[in-house]
Amino acid sequence: MSVGRGRASASRDVLLGMRFAFAGGRDGWTRTVLTAVGVGIGVALLLLAAAVPGALQARQERTAARSDLRLGEQIPAAADTMLVAQADTLFRHTPVHGRLLHPEGPRAPIPPGLTAVPRPGEVVVSPALRELLDSPDGRLFAPRLDGARVTGTIRQEGLSGPGELAFYRGVDALPADEVTRLRTFGDSPSSEGLGTVLTILVVIIIVVLLLPIAVFLAAAVRFGSESRDRRMAALRLIGADRRMTRLMAAGETMAGACLGLVVGGVLFLVGRQVAPMVSLWDISVYASDVRPSLPLVAVIVLAVPAMSVAVSVIALRGVAIEPLGVTRRATPPRRRLWWRLVLPGIGLALLVPLVGGLPETMGGVVQYQVAAGAVLLLIGAVTVLPWVIELVVRPLGGGPVGWQLAVRRLQLDSAMSARLVNGIAVAVAGAIALQMLFAAAQKESTVQTRQDPSRAQAQIRTHDPASAGLIAVRLRATPGVTRATETLVGGVSAEPHAGAAGQDPVFALLQVGDCAALAEYAALGSCAGGDVFIARATPVDPAAQEAIRPGATVTVGEGGPRWKVPGDARQVPARKDPSGVYQDVILATPGAIDARAMPRLIANTFVSVDPGDPDAMERVRNVVAQLDPVGTVATLAASETVGRFDGIRRGLYVGVMVTLLLIGASMLVGTVEQLRDRRRLLAMLVAVGTRRSALSWSVLWQTFIPVMIGIVLAVVFGLGLGVALLRMVSVPVSIDWAAVAISAGIGAAVVLLVTASSLPTLWRLTRPEGLRME
Amino acid sequence: MSIGQTFLGLLESGPRHGYDLKKTYDDRFGHARPLHYGQVYATLSRLLKDGLVELDGVEPGEGPERKRYAVTSAGVSDVELWLASAEKPEPYLQNTLYTKVILALLTGRSAADLLDVQRAEHLRLMRELTRRKAGGDLADNLVCDHALFHLDADLRWLELTAARLDDLRRQVRA
Amino acid sequence: MTGQPLLEADGLHKAFGPTKALDGASIAIRAGEIVAIMGPSGSGKSTLLHCLAGIVRPDSGHVRYQGAEISALSDGERSALRRTQFGFVFQFGQLVPELTCLENIALPLRMEGVRRREAEARAAEWLDRLDLADVGRKRPGEVSGGQGQRVAVARALVTRPRAVFADEPTGALDSLNGERVMRLLTEAARETGAAVVLVTHEARVAGYSDREIVVRDGRTRDIAREMEGAL
Ligand SMILES: Nc1ncnc2c1ncn2[C@@H]1O[C@H](COP(=O)(O)OP(=O)(O)O)[C@@H](O)[C@H]1O
Ligand SMILES: [Mg+2]
Repeated sequence: MSVGRGRASASRDVLLGMRFAFAGGRDGWTRTVLTAVGVGIGVALLLLAAAVPGALQARQERTAARSDLRLGEQIPAAADTMLVAQADTLFRHTPVHGRLLHPEGPRAPIPPGLTAVPRPGEVVVSPALRELLDSPDGRLFAPRLDGARVTGTIRQEGLSGPGELAFYRGVDALPADEVTRLRTFGDSPSSEGLGTVLTILVVIIIVVLLLPIAVFLAAAVRFGSESRDRRMAALRLIGADRRMTRLMAAGETMAGACLGLVVGGVLFLVGRQVAPMVSLWDISVYASDVRPSLPLVAVIVLAVPAMSVAVSVIALRGVAIEPLGVTRRATPPRRRLWWRLVLPGIGLALLVPLVGGLPETMGGVVQYQVAAGAVLLLIGAVTVLPWVIELVVRPLGGGPVGWQLAVRRLQLDSAMSARLVNGIAVAVAGAIALQMLFAAAQKESTVQTRQDPSRAQAQIRTHDPASAGLIAVRLRATPGVTRATETLVGGVSAEPHAGAAGQDPVFALLQVGDCAALAEYAALGSCAGGDVFIARATPVDPAAQEAIRPGATVTVGEGGPRWKVPGDARQVPARKDPSGVYQDVILATPGAIDARAMPRLIANTFVSVDPGDPDAMERVRNVVAQLDPVGTVATLAASETVGRFDGIRRGLYVGVMVTLLLIGASMLVGTVEQLRDRRRLLAMLVAVGTRRSALSWSVLWQTFIPVMIGIVLAVVFGLGLGVALLRMVSVPVSIDWAAVAISAGIGAAVVLLVTASSLPTLWRLTRPEGLRME
Repeated sequence: MSIGQTFLGLLESGPRHGYDLKKTYDDRFGHARPLHYGQVYATLSRLLKDGLVELDGVEPGEGPERKRYAVTSAGVSDVELWLASAEKPEPYLQNTLYTKVILALLTGRSAADLLDVQRAEHLRLMRELTRRKAGGDLADNLVCDHALFHLDADLRWLELTAARLDDLRRQVRA
Repeated sequence: MTGQPLLEADGLHKAFGPTKALDGASIAIRAGEIVAIMGPSGSGKSTLLHCLAGIVRPDSGHVRYQGAEISALSDGERSALRRTQFGFVFQFGQLVPELTCLENIALPLRMEGVRRREAEARAAEWLDRLDLADVGRKRPGEVSGGQGQRVAVARALVTRPRAVFADEPTGALDSLNGERVMRLLTEAARETGAAVVLVTHEARVAGYSDREIVVRDGRTRDIAREMEGAL
């Protein structure tokens, strides 16, 4: 071409290439649509990922705006103050945000999302709660609203998400010590950021889910490149030079990628409308919350076409498009290991200094260091993969015909299969690392509570003196409750023994209840009304033994009335109560003490329910809410796990599965394309009598071998990254082999799926028509 | 020999004067070597003697040769036979083959049949040459190749021409 | 003309949509003879060859191999027939690009279950026979067109088939290489007693045959027989 070819002609070439994307008959269209859909899926996922921080932020902002925590000086009652009491509860396993409101004046603040403060006997509920109340389950919850009339719904700005259960109920009085007085809502100090482990989790999750998407995008823009290369060869024949073919290829890919951006945008907008319908880990988001930040959108819109062009131009490097056809480099350049190790090496170098403990709160730099290290290490799996595949495949040979065909094909062009497997390797490696981190985090957050759920399944604490003594009675009459024991509990202090002046007073608990209730705290032996016991925990504290003894005088509560322990009080060994508390305690039957004279005693009730009755606990909560709206019901469990990790792990599997399916889809496209490329050879092989089964096996092996190598590599890199991360958060390293097996299994399933789905094409292509020369 | 059949073929389209025959022959087949008048009249009188042509009439006028000739049915079948029979394959056969093809065209006969028959005959010789090559020395090989390539060229030309003419005929009919 | 023909087709019709590729084609091939199928392009030569070899099932008509009807066989049986009794040489692109030439030649034996070592030993004999000694370890992409076709010839003959089907085997070669391929193919076929069905439009290639059949518009003609009969 002449020297004068300038920018104008370059853009003409690009435009010509774009036209090719939409011309070229059914095949051309299929190719472009395939690319667009592939890129579209990738873009939609990217947009979604870009929207997550915003969505969480919006949620966080709303919950902060309705916060009624108040620290610092008490403020006096005034015309613009509001009394708020927490009435949070659970429905089944879903938390319910509940508040009791009592305005102290006409200008009392209105909680966000409400138009007016509900009057006593009225309640405003979230849409999700209203739906619950209208459902058959509603009668299991309604008693907790104490008969209040629903007069409105909470708007979006007062809720964390569309699925949140919440209510504000107006009351005419609130117990003084369980309330907060507010002048405005949302005045609390901002909550602290995520903890170290959580930050790392989030960073790694994003990396693990986004990297395969990037790999997938790169694969998607190469859909149909083989036939494009052939077309370019035809153009070279009529005088296009190398530069022009490259420009046209770039134009064509760009057209597909831009169409993909549009498809991705549409998919995202559709997905956004669906978002409010799903609720993960009690988190739900409004469609309007799912809004990727503008800079991120700009990055995606610019980076995707740019990357696609880069990928297709780089891909053309290994291909010589000559006027008479396309030749792939007969002997690919020998793969060198060293530079392939550079990236993971840098990654490791970034992570190693952090091993042995991260700072409590993550600064920005450390965060990026972790992210960069993880990304580089995971990318290492991608760069090392072709080398390993070649290393493994080179000495292979022997075996049946199908195997031989597959092995030889891999030996000739391992890059192709490596490209297809890259995504799997990254996804599986990341998943394994994450699983390890999750398993550790779960173990960390699993606390042995020392509670004994075999003795009682819930512990109820109420403050309302009016309800004292009533709780157990009412609970026993509740269906599904098998046992309820109630005590009134308070702290007591005793002067240390005379002669030990200057020492601190000795503290103990006082429990007042019937013999059955008291038996939860000590081995009583015989017990009758009027008895008093002193239960001693071992090892015995000599000071307490001295101070609290039969005949001693103790002070109940802080500065409360004094009470003399009867001289005939029996000393008995203490017993761990169902909630795991084990300490010195004075046990008194109601005949021995006038509990009503004692101030501020809390009613403490242990409840056992019928394990076969799933609604029993809801009824317990109803009873409590009616007797004391601010009373708490805590379920007892031997160990307490932060349950959302289960959800996250399941979600991760789903994410990995979706990614692998995506990659499977691109592998399928690649395999089918490769088959179509070889249709003549295939038809010929069948013509000379080759069994189709041998060809099917060769397709299977050809997918299986690289995928298995990829997975093995992924396990190695995943375990490596996992160990590094665990050491970083100072958690003992343990390998979750089940997670490894599951990840590997999913990968293997993808192989089978791809092979099975490509067989119809294989059979179609091996019909004798394939022998015809084009 | 083949001038006679050529005249007969030319006369199939209608009676002509000897002068016309010579001119047409020279235009179509004579190339650089036009016929002598003597040759023309000798051939015509032989054909007349053999009953393959007859006098269609003598026109009055000054010139000595004002005779018109027409082909007889015996003459037509003679052309027929000549076209249908294979030429002895030999290098530089082209002239005869060419003549045959044009005549086949002019007389509405299939050139493809001509080709098939000629090819069979050619192949017979080519097989012979190919066999001889397998047993022979280099000199033999060269000679045989020379002959083979010429025979091949004949057939190719014939093939091409036949295909063209068949195409042309199809066009004319359409 | 005595005895049963090895392979015989009778009144074959085959249409691809509106195109009549074969319109009453017949042919008989005796054991060990080399028959050229000639005719213009698009006349149905390849289709006839595919029908004879049991690759394509004719719409009507019979194809008999050693007296047995081929179209009555199942797909698997026909594949087995092609694998064991027939050999194939096409114009180009029949070698598996990622296998070495030696492995390509050994492929039909391997498909028959011959052990790799033995299959390759037998393939190596054919390498020598076809002047291919130094290309055994190379891949098809690294050898010349003529060498590639000779590899294909070796692959077609390695199972000692009763019939070799060659569709324009020299179509992509220059004269010298075409000649060489034809000489080696026909010599080897005569040595092993294989019949050869040779589709070509080149007379010089057909010169290697014993007789020729002309295909025109899907119909076969045996001109030599017709001429004999006419005399
Ligand atoms: N698979 C097919 N589908 C459609 N038409 C075909 C197919 N195979 C052959 N034909 C047609 O049948 C005719 C004969 O083809 P073919 O046997 O390949 O001819 P030849 O080999 O003599 O050139 C041609 O018109 C060709 O286009
Ligand atoms: Mg053909």
